Amino acid sequence: MSVRTLRIDGRDVASADDATVLEAARDAGVVIPTLCHLEGLSPVAACRLCLVEIEGSAKLQPACITPVSEGMVVHTATPRLQEIRRTVIELLFTEGNHVCAVCVANGHCELQDRAVEVGMDHARLPYRFPDRPVDLSHPRFGLDHNRCILCSRCVRVCDEVEGAHVWDVAWRGEHCRIIAGLDQPWGAVDACTDCGKCVMVCPTGALFHKGDSEGEKHEDPSRLAALLRARHARQEAP
Amino acid sequence: MSLAAKLPKLRLATVWLAGCSGCHMSFLDLDEWLIELAPRIEMVFSPIASDTKTYPEAVDVALVEGGVGNSDNLALIYQVRQRSRLLVSFGDCAITANVPGLRNPLAGPAAVLDRSYLELADGSAQWPHAPGLVPELLERVLPVHELVPVDLFLPGCPPPAERIRAVLDALLRGEQPLMEGPEMIRFG
Repeated sequence: MSVRTLRIDGRDVASADDATVLEAARDAGVVIPTLCHLEGLSPVAACRLCLVEIEGSAKLQPACITPVSEGMVVHTATPRLQEIRRTVIELLFTEGNHVCAVCVANGHCELQDRAVEVGMDHARLPYRFPDRPVDLSHPRFGLDHNRCILCSRCVRVCDEVEGAHVWDVAWRGEHCRIIAGLDQPWGAVDACTDCGKCVMVCPTGALFHKGDSEGEKHEDPSRLAALLRARHARQEAP
Repeated sequence: MSLAAKLPKLRLATVWLAGCSGCHMSFLDLDEWLIELAPRIEMVFSPIASDTKTYPEAVDVALVEGGVGNSDNLALIYQVRQRSRLLVSFGDCAITANVPGLRNPLAGPAAVLDRSYLELADGSAQWPHAPGLVPELLERVLPVHELVPVDLFLPGCPPPAERIRAVLDALLRGEQPLMEGPEMIRFG
């Protein structure tokens, strides 16, 4: 491993040559907001919240998948980026039906937290109020498409960590949604091991334990990283 | 003569549109601070503190709870906007349509009335019908700012009493309240 040196928000940062801009920034104590990113899962740059400005590049780049390079100069919190982040959050809120007051994740929701961080006191875009279903066919868990932001954490954790690959993202545009199996009711998909990792990593109340009422979903997605470390340690043990 | 008595009193109104009145209950949760507030304001219109049925002219601050869900709400919100200097969207229903807006994915008033009064009825299933008395539902419940300009957003379901107090305190001092951070702008 060799080292790359770069500048992030005026700070000199040294990082491993295989690091992403997001990892280098976090190591240097610079907070870049994220939603779809989760330590332990492959990054997909789906939510666009971590967009940063890189000098010499006209395009904004998602920090979670952009590798560091020598001499790179990165800006993570310019007024332009702050405006984009607030708009991204407003798009997520107005695109689905996010009713914090009656949501299982109220008070423990990453979308709700990000809204506060970007300073969203109202949405400047009109609400769409789409008609979306709720899948309660699984005996233990539920999927409320109204609250889904299509971050694909559930898709990735089920494929990459559990190895079951129950979830996929189907359709396009406003019809885009998470599907179980071959677009079957979740409860009808034999591949599901009922492990609940998708519920654990979901940043909102879209995936939840049946029986949880308003504000009762207290999952901690960062447990995934601990789980992976424990699994790795076990595999390495003699 | 005390200082408070010399200052012109803030003409305050509170308005209840499509909401559960929880924001108003939270306002009452200001408890003993209401006693401090009382001499500094004139409550000119409010479902909890005034008998006035007509929205008055020259209101300084209007706290508007609820989304705009029926023909009465719609007529009142235009009046409120026209006659108030500072219109505050008071709580999540005014800002996002929130719980009343849960009906919006249904296909309009007929579908909403069918669902509520026919499909879920226990026995005497019928639509409510009293023209001129029961206001007609609008196609959708809308956030206030999608219809009229709003000057300040006070989120929360309901906004905690401390949050309401921080806003009123600033307005009484003639200052713009600082709406940032989880204490001030968290939804839910």
